[in-house]
Formats: sequence, structure tokens, C-alpha cells
Amino acid sequence: MNILVCMKQTFDTEAKIALDASGKIDKTGVNLVINPYDEFAIEEGLRLKEKFGGEVVLLSLGGQSVETSLRTGLAMGADRAVLVNDPALADADECVAADVLAKAVADIPYDIILAGRIAVDDGSAQVSVRLAEALQIPSVSSILKLDVEGETATVTREIDGGTELIEVSLPAVFTAQKGLNEARYPSMAGIMKAKKKEIKPLTLADLGLDVPAAKATVAKYSLPSPRSGGKVIPGEPADAAKELARLLREEAKAL
Amino acid sequence: MNFELNEDHVMMRKMVRDFAEAEAAPGAEERDEKEEFPVELWKKCGELGLAGVTFPEEYNGVGADYISYAITVEELSRVDPSLGVTVSAHSSLCANPIYLFGTEEQKQKYLSPLASGEKMGAFGLTEPMAGSDASGTRTTAVKQGNEYILNGTKLFITNGYYADTYVVTAQMDKSKGNRGIAAFIVEKGTPGFSFGKKEKKMGIRSSATYELILEDVHIPVENLLSEEGKGFKVAMTTLDYGRIGIASQALGIAQGAYEQALKYSKERSQFGKTLSEFQVTQFKLADMAIQIEAARLLVYQAAAIATAHNVPVSKYSAMAKVFASETANKVATQAVQILGGYGYTRDYPAERFMRDAKITEIYEGTSEIQRIVVAASILKD
Repeated sequence: MNILVCMKQTFDTEAKIALDASGKIDKTGVNLVINPYDEFAIEEGLRLKEKFGGEVVLLSLGGQSVETSLRTGLAMGADRAVLVNDPALADADECVAADVLAKAVADIPYDIILAGRIAVDDGSAQVSVRLAEALQIPSVSSILKLDVEGETATVTREIDGGTELIEVSLPAVFTAQKGLNEARYPSMAGIMKAKKKEIKPLTLADLGLDVPAAKATVAKYSLPSPRSGGKVIPGEPADAAKELARLLREEAKAL
Repeated sequence: MNFELNEDHVMMRKMVRDFAEAEAAPGAEERDEKEEFPVELWKKCGELGLAGVTFPEEYNGVGADYISYAITVEELSRVDPSLGVTVSAHSSLCANPIYLFGTEEQKQKYLSPLASGEKMGAFGLTEPMAGSDASGTRTTAVKQGNEYILNGTKLFITNGYYADTYVVTAQMDKSKGNRGIAAFIVEKGTPGFSFGKKEKKMGIRSSATYELILEDVHIPVENLLSEEGKGFKVAMTTLDYGRIGIASQALGIAQGAYEQALKYSKERSQFGKTLSEFQVTQFKLADMAIQIEAARLLVYQAAAIATAHNVPVSKYSAMAKVFASETANKVATQAVQILGGYGYTRDYPAERFMRDAKITEIYEGTSEIQRIVVAASILKD
């Protein structure tokens, strides 16, 4: 069974976000990691490989820095990686990213495509679903469990207030929700082996694509307003609780 | 000269740090309190390859360099110095002498399961009358047919009781002093081989420290490590490399204590300012950071030399150990000072780091012995 895992490099979730002089997100000195949901996808891919054999290929889109995250995925046990790296894709939107990835996928054999449910940096959850559309295969998002038998997958996905059990024919795209598994640490030996594994770079020209026009562009970034200080409500507990309820309803409009 | 860690080292540091913070940090305080050996964590260390970092792949090791090993012990010790020394004593004091002096058969039989973490190792050198002075070794080995018979007592054995494989020194000819000593591989479970008291220690309380008792222990001649009379050489070479492990442990202790103090200084307010806004605290933190960086450079230099084998490692590993262990003690003491009353309680790990730091100036050669090694080396040059 061949598994393709789409992986995005994101900011470390503990990174402090700042804007540079031109109003863009400042990447200097920020620790870059594998998008945590994509780690679950890699882990699931490795478990499928351990069960059924085959190959796990990582696919990513981004700059040179993504190589270190791909290398980590290879150290976890993936077999090889493909990185679409083209300066013309710096401002690619989800639609462009999905079209480019669909083109890159054409040369990679797959039975299952896995990805994270959402990217923790920009909150995008579209690319993998769009990729499935572009490839004209089914997709199931936010999965918590994946069982494969022959050409069929039985998946549990998270829905509002419960779960849904879905049977789907392969090939298909699945996006990982937290709870699907616990991602392994790359082992020391895995790290040593990772540097001998292939990371194949691809440009738009390699894929035979023209520079695509983004359908959505970011007009402006702004930081959330800083947290204001807390408020102490004095008085007897019963009165203070009443006052708290009033403030929550009337001032904070939280109730 | 290149001061940057390579991509492998960066990835290894992240992996060991993530592992240590997620798996070792949560129970460290409780294990210290209960003097509980980290059996489960040790297994996980083995699965991640942390039990055999520097040994070749053909013996189930990782085949990485000594800097990778230093980073491993440093990062484990940054959150749990007891776990750090468990890995260090296993690798440096048991697996390494078998790797350096063992026959091919000994390496296949003993090194392979040690490097994979399937088995744990320990080293029996110290005795009641033989601490810094190994010539006081009173444990005896007598050859009889195709066996050696060992008798004696070994003291302060790190990983004792839990370890499966022990490298033990014994005197074969007292008239020859150090040249009469031989080293042997002894398996746990050999008749006559038992454990005495478990030490109650000031620090590294979840590391196991036991007395070994050898009463007519018969071991096959194949378990002689190196040659008769070469045991002192085996032990000294083992310690030359072993110091890198303890220096790394000390470095990790210093780093862990410093981070604790840095964090606390930004959170704690007195006189309307955070501690970090007072120059007196800033100077303390600066001194801690300077000493840690200097220690790290010495430790990694010793590790680079141990990998390259271009010059004898002895002087450099002694320098690294004495400096890193003294740094650990200064920094951990200062960290407790910055945390004040809270630092003295067991609610914060600062006091644990301070207790754990002290041993790094004592075991695998005291700071005084390290200075003798350094002095002997520079006076000879």
C-alpha cells in the first residue's frame, strides 16, 4: 500500500507572532516545525506501512526551510519526500496550492493520501479537500480512526457533538484530527538514516505549470489587541457573584 | 573552526528534548521523592536509540558521534539528571569498555543487547578501600582451569541491581599493584553475585546506587576483558571517555536550573518590579549564561576529540568535567537563590537540581582527580 502524506511547515505553536515593517508576519528567529496535525498524518501513514507494506512519501510546498521538517518526517520513518519549491508560489492561496500539489501527485503512486485537518498557522483547512476534488477522489475530514480492508476504508470522523462512521472506497484523501494517534519521536537511528533519503525538489517548470494566479490575496495582517488587565470585584461572595454575572451579560456580552 | 551543530545534532536535540519534557519531566519530582528507578523510561530510551548512541550499527548502536551522545545526556539531565546518569553510566562505563577492549565474541554477546537497550549495563570499580586510588582494589580474581573466581565488594555502583551486565575490576596479583588488576564481564544472576545495601543519597535519588557482593563467583575465561594485568588501563580509559557523559549531565543540570531561574525572575514581582528588572538579578543570570556557554564549548570540544581521536581525550574530558560540574553547582546554587524561599522548597525543581549537581564534582573522578589529570598532562607536554 502506497501512502502519500501532505505536510506543511508551520511556526512552533509557542512562537511569538510579530509583524515586520511591511506588515507581513515576521519569520526571523522563529522555530519552524511540522504542522502538529500533519504529524498525526505521518504517524498514521507509517502505521499503515507497518501493517500493509509499501512506501510512505511526504509531499510539501514551500521554501528551502521546509527541508528540515521533511527531514524530521523521514527520520520518523517515511521513505522519501517531494518538495515543490518555487519563488512564484510564495503567495499561493489554497486553490493554487491544491492545483500544484495535484500536479505533483500525478507522478507518485498512492492508495491513500493523508494530511492534517488544519494548518495551525493560518488556520487553513482547505488544501487537502481541494486536492481530493482536483484528483476526483473522495475525501473525509477530521478522522479519528482509520481501518483499511482491501479497497475499502472504514473511518470514524468527528462531527459536532459526536462521531460519524463512514465507509469509503480507495483511493481517498483523509485529514487527521487530534486523537487519531500519538505521533512517534524520530529515533536516533532514524535521524541518522534520514539524511540518506531523497528529498526531490520540483519547480513549477518541472511540473509543466505556468505561474498560477491566486484567487484570494491577503490584504492586511493585524495582531489581536493586547489583553487588558483583570478586574477584581469586591464585596461579599454572593453580591460579587451577582455583579460578575451582570458584567458578563452586559459588558462582556459573554452570557 | 565551526561552532554550529549539524542538522543531525539539531534534530537529535529536539527529539531528546521533546521526549524528556513529555515523558521524563512529569514524574521526575515524584521519582526523586520516592527514590524510584525509571524502569519504564529506560525502556523508552532504548527504543529511541539513546542506549547506544556512539556504537556501530553492526552492534545495534546508532553509529553517531560523541557530540550526539553529549547532547543526549545533556537534554535528559536538563529535566531529570537521574535519568541522564542512568544512560551515561550504562553507555560510558559498561558498553564502552566492552566496545573498546572486547573481543568480537564479547561484542556480539554483550555489546549488542546493551546498545539496543534490551540490557542495561553498570561498572564496578570503586570499593570501600579503593575510591580515587584504584590500587587499593581488594576484590580478587583467581584463575582456576577455564574459570576465574571472584571475591570482594564493590561500592556505589550506579545502575546496580537493575543492570544485567557488569564490568568489574579485581586484583590478581597484589604485589604488582595497578598492574595486577584485571577487568571482567559479570552477568547478573551468576551464583554468588548479589547486591548489598542501596545507598540513600543527597541527590540523583531516582538513580539506583548499590553495593555489589561477589562471593566465589565463577565466570568463564572468555569473560576476561582485555588481558590479565590490563584492568587498570581498561578502567582509566573507560573513565577518560566516561567523563564526557558526566560533564554533559552537569551541563544539562546547569541549563535546567538556569532556565528555571530565568523563567521565575520574569514572573516574580517584588517592590513593584519583576526580579528580572533588578540589575542584581540580571548580573546573576548573565553570569550563569556565560558559565553555561563556556562549559558547553568545553564539553562539545571534548566530545569532538573523542570522535576524531586526533589527540588523547583524557586532558580535554577532565577539563570539561571539572568545569561543567563546578558550573552546575554554581548555577544551581544561584538558581535556588533567585527563587528565594520557594527555591528551597520541593515545589520547584531548583532544589533538586542543586542536590543533583553536587555528585557531578565527585563521581567518575572527583574535581581534585580531574585537576591531577590535567596537571599531569600539561606538565608532560
